[in-house]
Amino acid sequence: MGILTAIALFLQSSMQMGTTILYGTLGGILGERAGNLNLGVEGMMLMGAVMGFMAGVKTGSAFLAVLIAGLAGAFGALIYAIVTVTFRGNQTVTGLALTIFGTGFSSFVGKSLSGVALPSSVTQAFAAVKVPFLSDIPLLGPMLFHQSAYVIAALILAVLMYLYFQKTKVGLNHKAVGENPSAADASGINTTLYKYLALVSGGFLCGVGGGYLTLVFVPRWQEEITAGLGWIAVALVIFCTWHPLKAILGAYFFGMLRALVFKIQGVSIPLFGHHITIASNLLDMLPYLMTVVVLVIVTLGNNRKHRPPAGLSNPFFREER
Amino acid sequence: MLKIVKRAEITPMQSMMQRCVAVIAALAAAAVFMLIMGYNPLTVFWNLIEGSLLSEYRFQQTINKTIPLVVISLGIAIAFKMKFWNIGAEGQFFMGAFAASYFALNFTFLPKPLLILVMFLAAMIAGAFWCFIPGFLKAKWGTNETLVTLMLNYVATKWIMFLQYGPWKDPNASGFPRIPVFDDAAVLPEVFGVHIGWIIAIILVVAVYFLLNKTKLGFEITVVGENIATARYAGMNVKKVLLISVCLSGAICGLAGMMQATGIEHSLTYQLSGGIGFTAIITCWLARLKPVNIVFVSFFFAMLIQGGAYLQGSLQIPSAVSGILQGIILFFVLASEFFSQYRFVQIKKHTPSKEVA
Amino acid sequence: MSERAYIELKGICKSFGSVQANKNVDFSLKKGEIHALLGENGSGKSTLVNMLSGIYVPDSGFIFMNGKEIRFDSPNDALRAGIGMVHQHFKLVNVMTAKDNIVLGQKQGFFLKRKQLTEELNAIADRYGLSLNPDKYIDEMSVSEQQTVEIMKMLYRGADVLILDEPTAVLTPQEIEKFFTILRNMRDQGCSIVIITHKMNEVLEISDRVTILRKGESVATVNTADTNAKALTEMMVGYSMDLSIKRTETPMELKKPLLSVEHLVIQGDNGAKIIDDMSFRLFSGEVLGVAGIAASGQKELCEAIVGLYHVTGGSVKLKDEELVGMSPVEIIRKGVSMSFVPEDRLGMGLVGSLDIVDNILLKTYRNHKGITVDRKSGEVAAKAIVEKFDISTPSVHHQVKKLSGGNIQKVLLGREIDSSPQVLITAYPARGLDIGAAYNIYNVINEQREKGVGVLYIGEDLDVILELCDRIMVMSHGRIMKIVDAQSVTKEDLGLMMLGGTVDGKEAHYA
Repeated sequence: MGILTAIALFLQSSMQMGTTILYGTLGGILGERAGNLNLGVEGMMLMGAVMGFMAGVKTGSAFLAVLIAGLAGAFGALIYAIVTVTFRGNQTVTGLALTIFGTGFSSFVGKSLSGVALPSSVTQAFAAVKVPFLSDIPLLGPMLFHQSAYVIAALILAVLMYLYFQKTKVGLNHKAVGENPSAADASGINTTLYKYLALVSGGFLCGVGGGYLTLVFVPRWQEEITAGLGWIAVALVIFCTWHPLKAILGAYFFGMLRALVFKIQGVSIPLFGHHITIASNLLDMLPYLMTVVVLVIVTLGNNRKHRPPAGLSNPFFREER
Repeated sequence: MLKIVKRAEITPMQSMMQRCVAVIAALAAAAVFMLIMGYNPLTVFWNLIEGSLLSEYRFQQTINKTIPLVVISLGIAIAFKMKFWNIGAEGQFFMGAFAASYFALNFTFLPKPLLILVMFLAAMIAGAFWCFIPGFLKAKWGTNETLVTLMLNYVATKWIMFLQYGPWKDPNASGFPRIPVFDDAAVLPEVFGVHIGWIIAIILVVAVYFLLNKTKLGFEITVVGENIATARYAGMNVKKVLLISVCLSGAICGLAGMMQATGIEHSLTYQLSGGIGFTAIITCWLARLKPVNIVFVSFFFAMLIQGGAYLQGSLQIPSAVSGILQGIILFFVLASEFFSQYRFVQIKKHTPSKEVA
Repeated sequence: MSERAYIELKGICKSFGSVQANKNVDFSLKKGEIHALLGENGSGKSTLVNMLSGIYVPDSGFIFMNGKEIRFDSPNDALRAGIGMVHQHFKLVNVMTAKDNIVLGQKQGFFLKRKQLTEELNAIADRYGLSLNPDKYIDEMSVSEQQTVEIMKMLYRGADVLILDEPTAVLTPQEIEKFFTILRNMRDQGCSIVIITHKMNEVLEISDRVTILRKGESVATVNTADTNAKALTEMMVGYSMDLSIKRTETPMELKKPLLSVEHLVIQGDNGAKIIDDMSFRLFSGEVLGVAGIAASGQKELCEAIVGLYHVTGGSVKLKDEELVGMSPVEIIRKGVSMSFVPEDRLGMGLVGSLDIVDNILLKTYRNHKGITVDRKSGEVAAKAIVEKFDISTPSVHHQVKKLSGGNIQKVLLGREIDSSPQVLITAYPARGLDIGAAYNIYNVINEQREKGVGVLYIGEDLDVILELCDRIMVMSHGRIMKIVDAQSVTKEDLGLMMLGGTVDGKEAHYA
């Protein structure tokens, strides 16, 4: 295997490793742009992962599997929205509660699913599609043109979301709700509706992201299969400064990091005449440590264009005095 | 049509009632969930009680689970009071357990009281250090502490896994990845059948109550938490207060790790916490960060955990049900807070027809 | 102006929790008139117009438009009926351009058509004589530009009834003149305008009719031409009162230099100079006023003096002692006290959720030995302050945020004065207070002057600054334009200097 092929395959798997994170980050952006910080991404992903898998096993339909995965995430987000938007509960704690709930829910439901395999009708639908000729492009070919539709859909969604925020009125209103709900309200925007829709569709994306793990990537159900990917996604929302296109870069960067950890595992590295194998558990720390580094970098380079939505985490009540 | 209006103040009694109603409503919602999943909720609830209270052994188990919950909740309360969202108790717990275990495994030649004391201090320092990192980043650059504390949880867990599968692996366990069992000198003594952690927990409840309500530091923590601008105007050194209190918070969580390792497990494993670092966030919040309330709420949640574990054996229900219950209760209580500030009123529809001259 | 009422409000009631903000209020607006709504802070003006603009829903009462009853459940409903409101605190999204703010919430079309919008906006601007750069970001605009955006937003939406809540509070006299011209233009084009204010001279200058509110009730509606300032004041306050602030002159020989600021430079986080080479002296027994448009460096100046803001260069001396480099606690101990009332009132200096005792203790809790907070002595001090400043509260253990605005500010000022400072820095102490409460505060400041305290008074109401202060320091963009004698300067000159212009005339007779 030539070095070029090796790199091409590495890029291909980086994108796969970053897909769940990308879905989660996009979901997070939708909610935070409407002023609600949902720390429940991890929980929603787990709910999506387990329900999507179950639907895949029970129905054998790939479409239903993705749909149910999304709806499970959306359901979690709906609970969050009811508590934080309608009842103005503390967003931080509600998000944590959602993660605890989602984790419990997924292990509860998933108890009967461990060891079960997906029907081939589902695995085939999500199998990597090789686009003739284009996939033969050196380096970038396999990454972009030999992937599962599930992976490519995330990429397309990110671009669509960018256009939504930049070019449409609804997107502009959506941003205004997150920046200054009372201004948005005074302009005749239904802030409650926007928040609900943003959160629930964000939850849908998180659920779909979780589903990727159980339907395509692994594809099996394991307890706490997300292993913190949801939290990395929450951090990435900040890192990509609430910008969908930068989310692509951030998510695939972390995908690359995970792919790298996977590659180095068990490989002995020559160092000063000794051969050193880094324990996999230590390598596993890397994405988490990198998240901390990323967060620090973001806070170092604070400027106007990179500020969080000004209304983030503040409940809005029109008759507040 | 319903509409929201602000309400006049409610009394502490009403507020207590409100929380109780919320918990009952949450249990009702959980019952519906169980029915859907095909279980009889009454049987489940009865088994929860039976499994957590109705034998000396089970009751002791519940107490065993109450202790770390109380201690971690107290630690979290200090940080939360300052609106520093320390959700890294899990990591601080593990680092505390790690530091204590280091001495437990290597310094068995020390006399027992001294060894325990050293482990005690080591755990507190390690926990404090693990919470100091996000505190420092926040004070220095305003880095979001929620995510940093959380990421450090994963790092700490991976670190313990590394030790367990690597350098600290017990050579006498015939290849089984396990850290050696502690020497008797490093095990906490028991009083009334439960390790002395319960006495430490009670002392901590009093100490944290005193700290938050009576001392200058507690006053500063409150003011910083409520209003940083005011704290600055009063001449408080906000960063110093922040760093001292996050260290205290981490130290207490680290201590919980040491107590769990030496009091219950008599060893260190990466499953030592069983997720109580997260459960404690709930108990702390439900107790409104009040040390005395924390004791009662923690006991209730320990019942859920212990009862949940019992369910797995008695009814073959996955113990994860206790996580679901916890989540639901928290949702309901969070939502119920709304009613202490607002209420719904019905607006009468009237027909707009009247003409004026 | 037609005779028939275009919009009519009848028997409007509204309460918040236990506070009844509007009691049986009647109000009517005709086509093509400028109608002033006059009343003190807390008299229910804002509540009333908020119901007209759909922000609040009345508890009871009726709104009629062209004789037909209507109901607004949201600002959208009101806008559809052609009623637009410009709030005192602008409802603009700071990180967006003027254009995006204006098109916000508009239903037509899915995609933004930014080019076409610019043309439409220019057409409206020409018609009413407004000037606006649609591509400028809100947070780069001056207050008066932001106000133009707000008005433009309403006109773009086809509002023919415009409600303006305290529109002149943040404008300089020159800007007010320009603004009034625009309002008259709009009236002549057929718009109806409701203007909320508590400034008598503005009511008399701009309005056709005026409705007076007092304690949530409508007192009267009169034609402006048939009334005068004295009559209006009496209706507004409920009794006749003298609206001049009594001022005592401290003899020259008692005035000694207390605080001297020399070549002070302060840089912001982005490196820009917020305070640029500022030098002035504050004497004992005087009130030195600071006038300037919002965010000219007032807050940073205050914070720098008391050690809360990093000083880049220059010195601040109390008598002969250098304060730069001392910690805030040391400066407090030296007898320099600062109280700053921000727009939300509770922001700086007080903690709303704590009781009066704890708030009083904020600056003195350190003086107690040991590790505990001495709440007993705090309680004694709190009781004394409550009594001395006549703070109405059920007890000293009452949460501060539950007090009324005037009482909250008295707690703040009372605590600062209780520490017997040599230098008292006070910013916007009467912000949002009704006339009676405000005059109480001015009296307290006067007492301090008589005691020989040096007072630095930062305010926004030029009339008050002119009456209360001995000398006035005019700031613009972090620089001192001039320090003038309060007796020998006009409001217009102050306004000009605040915008960076220069004015001939005599300097203060001592400096």
